[in-house]
Amino acid sequence: MNTNVHQSNSLRLLVGDTMVNIAVLVKQVPDSNSKIQITGDRVDLSSVKMDISPYDEFAVENALQHKDSSGGTVTAITLGGSGADKVLKGVKALGVDNIVRLDYDGFMDSNGLQSVLASEISSGGYDVVYCGKSAADTGAGSTGPGIAERLGWCSVSNIIDIKFENGLTVTSPAEGGNAIISVNLPAVVSCDKGATKVRKSNVKGIMMAKKAQVEVKSVSPPAASVTIVSQVMPPAKPAGKKFEGAASAETVAQLLRDEANII
Amino acid sequence: MSDTIVIAELSKGKISAITNELVTAANQLGSNCTLVVPCNDSAIANDASSISGVSKIIAAKSGVFSNYDAASWAEALDAVSPSGIIVTSASTQSKDLAARLAARRTISVVQDVVEISNDGTVLTSPVYSGKALQSVKLSSDAVVSVRANVFSPADNSGSSEVQVIDTSGNVTTALKEMVQRASERLDVSEANIIISGGRGMGNPGNFSHLEEIADKLGAAVGASRAAVDTWDEIPHSMQVGQTGKTVNPNLYIAVGISGAIQHLAGMRSSKYIVAINKDADAPIFQHADYGIVATWEEALPILSSSLSNLLG
Ligand SMILES: Cc1cc2nc3c(=O)[nH]c(=O)nc-3n(C[C@H](O)[C@H](O)[C@H](O)COP(=O)(O)OP(=O)(O)OC[C@H]3O[C@@H](n4cnc5c(N)ncnc54)[C@H](O)[C@@H]3O)c2cc1C
Repeated sequence: MNTNVHQSNSLRLLVGDTMVNIAVLVKQVPDSNSKIQITGDRVDLSSVKMDISPYDEFAVENALQHKDSSGGTVTAITLGGSGADKVLKGVKALGVDNIVRLDYDGFMDSNGLQSVLASEISSGGYDVVYCGKSAADTGAGSTGPGIAERLGWCSVSNIIDIKFENGLTVTSPAEGGNAIISVNLPAVVSCDKGATKVRKSNVKGIMMAKKAQVEVKSVSPPAASVTIVSQVMPPAKPAGKKFEGAASAETVAQLLRDEANII
Repeated sequence: MSDTIVIAELSKGKISAITNELVTAANQLGSNCTLVVPCNDSAIANDASSISGVSKIIAAKSGVFSNYDAASWAEALDAVSPSGIIVTSASTQSKDLAARLAARRTISVVQDVVEISNDGTVLTSPVYSGKALQSVKLSSDAVVSVRANVFSPADNSGSSEVQVIDTSGNVTTALKEMVQRASERLDVSEANIIISGGRGMGNPGNFSHLEEIADKLGAAVGASRAAVDTWDEIPHSMQVGQTGKTVNPNLYIAVGISGAIQHLAGMRSSKYIVAINKDADAPIFQHADYGIVATWEEALPILSSSLSNLLG
């Protein structure tokens, strides 16, 4: 881990252990444009186009910037079936060094998920873990802070800006404004979009990614204590009232008072 | 039935009204509710003493609660909380805390709960950005975060003693600086009423028309991604949707927003939705309780003056 910011790049290349060992967690989820269908009482993803979860793209970008600034390696880790290899290849094309898939196709509760991820992080000897602020399928945002707790690391969540100096300096929204927080490694950083501009892959990266090997590992999660009972469509909202013309704004204001009791 | 623990939600250093909703949810999940109030100054916990349905209040007193640091908060709250099902709000910060608390106890966390079955065993949360609802069953204690504006608030006719317990945690991050928001205006994630503008606003200066109405209603101003991406003056912190904020206000007013699936992902669970759009076929109208087919240039002044009349 690089703790001396003034250290030159060439020196760092000689002293291997100053390199930062960076992990980034990525997840495959339905493309945000996709329609979700239910078969029986479960979501049916068989005909849905899958993609990297949107916030994970910011996590990958921050991980790559960390490497650009400090030197080191970036390993992308996902948990999923073989279909998730596509997401790993996608981030490989962006410049990630290693791609690892924890092979598991099915539901894990947060306890199971975090315990297999935390053990992978701890055996990989990582200094810092980046992840998206939440996955687009569950929307939970539990994985980053949960892993950090299991590892005994600090965590910062929903960051909108990051600087790689003296450990890390991150910006995260707080009540009434933004908190600028300094973070010592090891740490888990969950990423929001903020002003992050993500890099695009080029032809060379895509060619390299095609040839890259996904390292596949098996996992055995602890027994689940949360089980899915059903997945259903949200109840259809009763049709609303639609008015033509600007003058109806007065009617709507009145309805907000009389019918909705809001104002 | 499990015992329950509610972690009080704070806002501006005081117990926020959502806490009453959390107590209702907790009593649906189990019994013997302990309310834990994270605080520097235990006096703030006295505000909770009248919440009905609480059997005990613990003012968890510690310097760590002056700024949010997930690790130390989880440690300090874990130390004073009995075992059982822990209930927090589903605000951004409390979801983060919920996850750490659960991991600390090696139990699972269920986030964003919007429904609890009558027998307290089945919990329902939106998944796939609200495109589906998932119900789960717990077979052991868990930490459960609960969305605002869903459970009816417990009333304030109770009386519980406040027990002050000193606690602490190892602070692992350092707050260097709080950059206060320039405007006094609420953030979309804190507001009960939101008025958002999209690309149809034409230019960022026109957001002043939304601000004028927001000021009348005590609302926050939000935006679509098209607005945020197109105009530098509209910061990402205002963005509602899949890659912005998920909001759950009582009233969401969408102005010049088409209603793309990724925008809906962030606001479809709002209690009431009003849409103002000049295109009668805009998808947003399928989700609006009240739709106004008109340009905002014509509709907003009328809405504004009608609100002034009603609000007196
Ligand atoms: C991965 C991904 C993530 C995304 N995340 C988000 C997100 O978080 N939030 C989000 O909002 N979008 C998101 N999007 C983008 C989304 O798909 C839409 O492009 C976006 O929401 C459109 O914004 P808009 O409704 O303001 O603009 P438009 O779709 O261009 O709609 C403008 C509307 O304004 C109306 N209009 C024009 N002039 C007037 C007038 N004078 N008066 C009244 N109405 C008028 C038009 O009829 C039209 O309906 C995401 C997309 C992707 C692919």
